[in-house]
Amino acid sequence: MKRLIASLLMIIALTTIVSCAAPTPAAPQVVQQTVVVKETVVAPQTVVAPQTVVVPQTVVVQPTAAPTTAGPNCGTGPVVMNAYFETGFQIPFSLTEEFTKQFPNVTFDTKQDQFTNLINATPRLLSGDNPPDLIRLPTFVTFAKDGLLLNLDKYATAFGWDKWPVPLQFARMGTDGIRGSGSLYAAGLNYQLTGVFYNKKLAAQIGMTKPPQTVAEFDDLLAKAKAAGLQPIMEWGSAKSGMGLAFPLQQLMAAYGPVGPINDWIFGKKGATIDTPTNLTAAQHLEQWIKAGYFPQDINAIEYTDAAARFTKGEGVFTFNGDWENANYDKNMAGNVGFFVMPPGVAGGQPAAMSGPLTFGVAAKAKHADCAAFFFNWVATNDKARQILVTIGGSNPGGPAGAKMPSVAAGSVTAETLAGGPVVGANAMDFIANATSSIFAQGWTPELQKMVGGKQDAAGLLKAVQAEYLRELAQ
Amino acid sequence: MPAPARSTTTSTVTPDNGPVAAVLSRRTYLSKRVRRETFIGWLFVLPALLMYAVFVLVPLLLSILYSFNRWNGVGPMTWVGLKNYLTVFEVPDLLGSIFNAFWLIVWFSFIPVGLGLVTASVINRVATGRFGEIARTVVFLPYIIALVAAGIIWGWLFSLSGLVNQILEAIGLGAITRAWLGDFDWALSAVGIIGIWVLLGFCTVLMSTAISKVDPALYESARIDGSNWFAEFVSITVPLLKQEIGVCLTVTVIFALATFDIVYVSTAGGPGNATSVPGLQIYILAFTQRNIGVASALAVMLMILVVVIIIPIQRLNKETEQ
Repeated sequence: MKRLIASLLMIIALTTIVSCAAPTPAAPQVVQQTVVVKETVVAPQTVVAPQTVVVPQTVVVQPTAAPTTAGPNCGTGPVVMNAYFETGFQIPFSLTEEFTKQFPNVTFDTKQDQFTNLINATPRLLSGDNPPDLIRLPTFVTFAKDGLLLNLDKYATAFGWDKWPVPLQFARMGTDGIRGSGSLYAAGLNYQLTGVFYNKKLAAQIGMTKPPQTVAEFDDLLAKAKAAGLQPIMEWGSAKSGMGLAFPLQQLMAAYGPVGPINDWIFGKKGATIDTPTNLTAAQHLEQWIKAGYFPQDINAIEYTDAAARFTKGEGVFTFNGDWENANYDKNMAGNVGFFVMPPGVAGGQPAAMSGPLTFGVAAKAKHADCAAFFFNWVATNDKARQILVTIGGSNPGGPAGAKMPSVAAGSVTAETLAGGPVVGANAMDFIANATSSIFAQGWTPELQKMVGGKQDAAGLLKAVQAEYLRELAQ
Repeated sequence: MPAPARSTTTSTVTPDNGPVAAVLSRRTYLSKRVRRETFIGWLFVLPALLMYAVFVLVPLLLSILYSFNRWNGVGPMTWVGLKNYLTVFEVPDLLGSIFNAFWLIVWFSFIPVGLGLVTASVINRVATGRFGEIARTVVFLPYIIALVAAGIIWGWLFSLSGLVNQILEAIGLGAITRAWLGDFDWALSAVGIIGIWVLLGFCTVLMSTAISKVDPALYESARIDGSNWFAEFVSITVPLLKQEIGVCLTVTVIFALATFDIVYVSTAGGPGNATSVPGLQIYILAFTQRNIGVASALAVMLMILVVVIIIPIQRLNKETEQ
């Protein structure tokens, strides 16, 4: 009997191992149990240079009733939009609520899931019987290639998105599967910007009167912070959140070299490499920062949320992050937080930043694609929607040239990040963690963690990541 | 003639043949009954069997099928033969992750089984009543706590300012404090400790149940002879629990080699693949890279590896039984 029980237990355990590996289309097998903090991956998914015009100007006429004019719209009959959003990210929820207020015939059947769960479920949702009209879509290339995503070109033409100052190349994909040009497959609800946040009190303590104008000036400030016994930079590095040092590394890459080749590498253009001389200089600079003790000694165990919390509690003079944290910073360290775009390598140079839209897509088989496109257009052009984007999202709402910029509380960090958009201008980059689906998990994160642990150097880091990149592209 | 007539009648009435018929009829009755009972038995098993087939056997067979195909989970499948099995060897740090899984056997299997045996034995000797029940429940609790919550709790405990380091500082070991889950040399062992915490309850309860089946007279006579706990443990408990120890080892070794959840919630394989295990690689291949074929191939290979490791343990168990 005991033997029987033992054998049964063994069979069950063994079959479970294998059965966990492959998903059947019917049911997801692996239940995910933790959440990779969304922002680290979400943040700069695709890049768009936010060309903000801060001067309030005029504006696009706002629809106040269900449109009946020509062009894609939601019609006048009842419409139930099938939507999938990520848990804990308020913007789309607030926007859809406001949309229903303005267009009562349109309601949203919204399902939500944690970011990683949603990503893993996306292929099945898009190919399923009830395809989403609206879905949060951090990456789109494979879905577009599989024909699961709706090509939005006709809507871009109909609504004039092509003419907006916000370039859409980052949500485009060519027939060769390379991003950056071709057809439009996603729409951005707002345009996020990354850079350096700083604790104003601590910055004053080390004698910082204005943001640094060059990397060298930034170096001086970091050295002063270290000498003053402060934590110079707060950043996260646990594999659970993805390695946050990818932020400063990419900013340093853009400070030492042009952004074009970086974007080319991210978009998967033929022959692109991350292992360039300027990127090596950037990686060496980061290595110096690590060796100088500018990052927390336990960075490899710090998760994204912990780093954000520790910074708001006053641990860290600087932190590399994105404007999606504005609401948190403005709430928890009101008046004590500032922002600057990473300074260039040389004085007078053009600053650069990782910056991109919060992308959403429409399933190829969606029942209410026109209404979804109308919703995208409404988000970027409606005053109330734009206000929600800024107040809740903390990011630039994009939209047509001359669209009215929503009001922002004076002295808030949101005001500073919005002002940062035009500074970056066309020098915006996608995030190096978005080059392939697992370059972050299999490349940047482990290799940067090794660098922190003294087990990898700058040259080795770039070579290892490039090798992983090529391996993944070959598959 | 009476003879034939008698002979025809004797077939049913002779004292010799009468019981045969009765036995035959009883056998038929019994066999019918057995068959009926077997049928009812299968009816009881059927729901579980159905679930097992749908959620385990079918996915198992599908996994094997996928492992011979190139498939991203959505598009069409392309037959590639054994190619996926060769591609598996290109997975970064695959050998390292297999080695990590073997190292975890010490933490997830040997230590919980050993400690479970000791704990069960101690509970059996010193806490037989309600206190014993409470002790068993407390030890078992971690096994039923959601691992996500466990991951968060242990993340705090092992952090630089966490309880583990506070205790170390309090006892004068401040020099060795570190962020345990972020340290290249210690992260895997820290994950192992989480494994002990989770699995100790399972092993203890299994051993406790087994000990309760041991004839109390054996312990009593040992105590009359003046045996202490250790002598009882070595001479009675361990020899009589060999079967349960075998079962426990089998289950926990499989758990260690195929582990995914504990690693995923505590370190996600970091720092720098220091805690990466094959289960995590399968997950990344299948769900992040959407390379279902290669993921399935690695899963099938992992299953074969587990079988190879488990067979000797099972053999040993069988010999003990004989």
